[in-house]
Amino acid sequence: MAEVVLDGVGKVYTDGTRAVTSLDLTVADGEFLVLVGPSGCGKTTALRMVAGLEEISEGTVSIGDRVVNRVPSRDRDVAMVFQSYALYPHLNVRDNIGFGLRLRKLPKTEIRERVDRAARTLGLAEHLGRKPRQLSGGQRQRVAMGRAIVREPQAFLMDEPLSNLDAKLRVQMRAQIARLTRELGVTTLYVTHDQTEAMTLGDRVAVMKKGVLQQVAPPQELYDHPVNLFVAGFIGSPAMNLLTGALTRDEAGDFAVDVGSQRLSVPAEVLAARPALAGYAGRSLIVGIRPEDLHDAALEGAEPAPGAVLRAEADLVEAMGSEVLVHVSVDAPPAVTEDVQELARDVGAEEQVPDPDAAHSELVARFGPRTRAREGAGVVMRVATDRLHFFDPETGLSITEDA
Amino acid sequence: MSAPAASDPTKPSPPPRPEMGIRRGLASRIVGRTGGGLAAVLLALIALFWLMPTFGLLVSSLRDPQEMSKSGWWKVLGKPSDLTFSNYDKLLDNKDMTRAFFNTIWITVPSTLLVILIGSLAAYAFAWLEFPGRDWLFLVVVGLLVVPVQVALIPISKLYGDTGLFGTITGVVLFHVAFGLPFAVFLLRNYFAGIPRDLLEAARMDGGTDLTIFFRVILPLGLPAIASLGIFQFLWVWNDMLIALIYADTESAPLTVALQSQSRAFGANIDVLAPGAFLSLIVPVLVFFGFQRYFVQGVMAGAVK
Ligand SMILES: Nc1ncnc2c1ncn2[C@@H]1O[C@H](COP(=O)(O)OP(=O)(O)OP(=O)(O)O)[C@@H](O)[C@H]1O
Ligand SMILES: [Mg+2]
Repeated sequence: MAEVVLDGVGKVYTDGTRAVTSLDLTVADGEFLVLVGPSGCGKTTALRMVAGLEEISEGTVSIGDRVVNRVPSRDRDVAMVFQSYALYPHLNVRDNIGFGLRLRKLPKTEIRERVDRAARTLGLAEHLGRKPRQLSGGQRQRVAMGRAIVREPQAFLMDEPLSNLDAKLRVQMRAQIARLTRELGVTTLYVTHDQTEAMTLGDRVAVMKKGVLQQVAPPQELYDHPVNLFVAGFIGSPAMNLLTGALTRDEAGDFAVDVGSQRLSVPAEVLAARPALAGYAGRSLIVGIRPEDLHDAALEGAEPAPGAVLRAEADLVEAMGSEVLVHVSVDAPPAVTEDVQELARDVGAEEQVPDPDAAHSELVARFGPRTRAREGAGVVMRVATDRLHFFDPETGLSITEDA
Repeated sequence: MSAPAASDPTKPSPPPRPEMGIRRGLASRIVGRTGGGLAAVLLALIALFWLMPTFGLLVSSLRDPQEMSKSGWWKVLGKPSDLTFSNYDKLLDNKDMTRAFFNTIWITVPSTLLVILIGSLAAYAFAWLEFPGRDWLFLVVVGLLVVPVQVALIPISKLYGDTGLFGTITGVVLFHVAFGLPFAVFLLRNYFAGIPRDLLEAARMDGGTDLTIFFRVILPLGLPAIASLGIFQFLWVWNDMLIALIYADTESAPLTVALQSQSRAFGANIDVLAPGAFLSLIVPVLVFFGFQRYFVQGVMAGAVK
């Protein structure tokens, strides 16, 4: 096992496409790091450079203490799990798993033992004699995992290994991968565009956009303290509500943010945590509210404090069983920046990017299952104002200490 | 175009035509029926009909030459005891014919194996190795496909004369290899290029060099194409006469040339021709049956995803 370090890594394809730009990333020894981002942001390219399947245009990649830029894949001692699984169709499961060991000329008995052990771990023991085409999707996925783990490599590289499975199986295999890599304690670089997968699997998560690394942090920190609009909008489902507001300061020196015709007060601790925020007084900025920070006041009984309430009409109520998503419209203009458009592009909803001049924007609130919110009826929402996010409308950066 | 009849409202309209989308082609209906008993019988009959001349040749080769000139081969069916192996005995005693038979094998087998070996290595390079000018070079190879054998006859004769290859089996083999390769490279490259890239990359990650990838991944997966190519090349060389006629001498002449010279020497010596022809026919048939399952087999199924 070893540390994997990317230092200023860049990739320009022969046709001139720039896929990755000065990527600095360290996967600590034994760490599970997830590389996440929208389609086409360069995740696969980055992974393939570590694997040695793609030439490194700029910077260096090291595995252990060794710079591997000029080392061919076969000598890098890393194993890769492909999205397509890439099982050898002419070999049975045993030979598929043992292929790498055979090429390394290990003794037959040892290969046998190691393959048996891996097959037991993955629950493939009864299928060792089968050909890949006789296996189900989940079994093929496990064979692909087996092929990686028998080699006991320095690091695992995985490129969307679960994306070919149906939803239920994916959740199951996700848990299995988490358990397995934790047991083995092997350094893993895992690529996905599914933020749920990233959040549940990663010790740390690295978010990329258009070949540029945005933020690397443990999942919870990424969720609580996104450094910019892109990360804020990408992590979390349903996504964070983003709208344009104006920061005001009254005579007493208290700050509040105007969201359309309604006013939310900004608690002192938020200002303390974001010293630069005071500088935005009298200016417009982008306010971010996570759906779960909007609570159904009717369910809570107590009347919410003034300055922590949003009133609106429910447009759409989606009951999910354990929760209810309530879509409401407020009279504040939506936040539309390049990041927001990029996020919409990723989910294929470009045409749904709201008009920045629109007077209303759509918010999603996540209520408890017993909410009585009905479509067309008004809802009163208590806003957890201590958890508001603020972003600069020009740069899209989170407004924190440095002004 | 005028169609007064069709536009005349007093005339009955033509019956509605069956939906083209629903109607199936004759061939597809035949294929659909092949599971049935009647179709199986029909197919067997057609196959028998096609096999008739071959069967006739076999029977002829087993008859007494005197009888053969007097009656048709089917007469023997009433009296199977007349069949005899004497023609084959004589054939085996005929030094020219046995030598020709082994010459054919000595020409065909190396020509086929060399074309497969060189062709598949070249095809792998054209499909999967990156080097400057690769695709242009491949286009040149494809261009060679249309070069007729005849244009090479005279220059190669000169070359063989100078190098002492004229009249040797080696010379004939080299010629067949040279003219078999463009097609081999073309066919195999296109097939190899269809092998999923992930498989080769997986092998590379597993510690494979180009050579191990070639032998352990490309060759086994390319088997259907290689088998097809092998059969084509085998048949072409086995049945070739032109090249052998020009470059082989009497010592190195294959069966095709020997059969031809026999028929000219003795006129109606059907007792040599029939068994000789049958012998030259049965080997390719056996080769075909040996490899035909690779034609059919979809080795690729389940490779990815
Ligand atoms: N061989 C190539 N030649 C030229 N451009 C390429 C090549 N491979 C990828 N690209 C481009 O590089 C960019 C990054 O591609 P990459 O495959 O790394 O994205 P990704 O983040 O893995 O996306 P996805 O989630 O869809 O797999 C894309 O714009 C892609 O079009
Ligand atoms: Mg990808």
